[in-house]
Amino acid sequence: MKPDQMTPAEPTSPPNPPLSRTAVRRNRIVAVTFLVVVWVLLWGTLSWANVISGLVVATILLTVFPLPPVTFAGRIHPLGTARFLVRFLRDLVVASVQIAWLALRPRHVPRSAIIAVRLRVNTDLNLTLTAEALSLVPGSLILEADRNSGTLFIHVINVDSLSEVEKFRGEVLELEARIVAAIGSPEEQRLVRENPPPPVDLEGAAA
Amino acid sequence: MNLDAVLDIVAAVCLISGALLSLAAGVALVRFPDLLTRMHAAAKPQVLGLLLVLVGCGLRLRTGVDITTLVLVGIFQLATAPVAAHMVGRAGYPHDDIRSDLLLTDELAAHLDRVAEDRPEPTPA
Repeated sequence: MKPDQMTPAEPTSPPNPPLSRTAVRRNRIVAVTFLVVVWVLLWGTLSWANVISGLVVATILLTVFPLPPVTFAGRIHPLGTARFLVRFLRDLVVASVQIAWLALRPRHVPRSAIIAVRLRVNTDLNLTLTAEALSLVPGSLILEADRNSGTLFIHVINVDSLSEVEKFRGEVLELEARIVAAIGSPEEQRLVRENPPPPVDLEGAAA
Repeated sequence: MNLDAVLDIVAAVCLISGALLSLAAGVALVRFPDLLTRMHAAAKPQVLGLLLVLVGCGLRLRTGVDITTLVLVGIFQLATAPVAAHMVGRAGYPHDDIRSDLLLTDELAAHLDRVAEDRPEPTPA
């Protein structure tokens, strides 16, 4: 299956190279494992009958409805994942309180902005996870994703000046770095390390 | 005070704060100025509010079968709420209901103009 089948509207070169056979097999194993876990959680008890029936259902599902090829290139780094999860939960609480306060605050119309942020690691998985996490952390909501260039278009709420907007750009890239540190391959982590977020350029922002 | 009483108190706190956050999300839906800011309300306080209610329910129920279902509800809420917000936001983006006078900058409009120029036929909005 060609990756560009997902975006029929923009027929340019696919961002990801075609998968090797081992990568395809590994993707299937990850998908089957996830489906079996969901199945067992739905039944609520861990028993051989549940696991085996889950395997059967997962195999049928993946044969009848093949998933788009989302490649999990790296491996899970426990420390990076824990760091990401702790920060994510904190961000979720801060975001909820912030929006709740904005809603209840009298006589205040929040200003916002729409910014484009080009991610450093342009893979489907990284784009998806960063977009999902962004929508749940303070201030941001994903509006559109351009898969060819790996760019996310983000709606930022409660910003008062262009310098705050530029600061937010850096926070998006930091979030991406945390996700790559949690699940990225060594090559992706090197890419992120070698391209730190650019310093806030206030003159450029005002222009 | 035994463990059950402590768990009940924690559950009560979770349930009430979750309900209050959901209420704040509802207030935000009414008071925010346009579609995109409202989607923030649907995505964040609502998700945390639901998660807190789920934790409260789990602490009260304390049976394995129920807790696994609650965990699934939480996971799918976390996974799908941003997607739903994205779909609604994108479907409504170039529209009068989005207050462009409240936007400091709009880099998506420039991008969409470029995409439209690259295509031979006009794109459906």
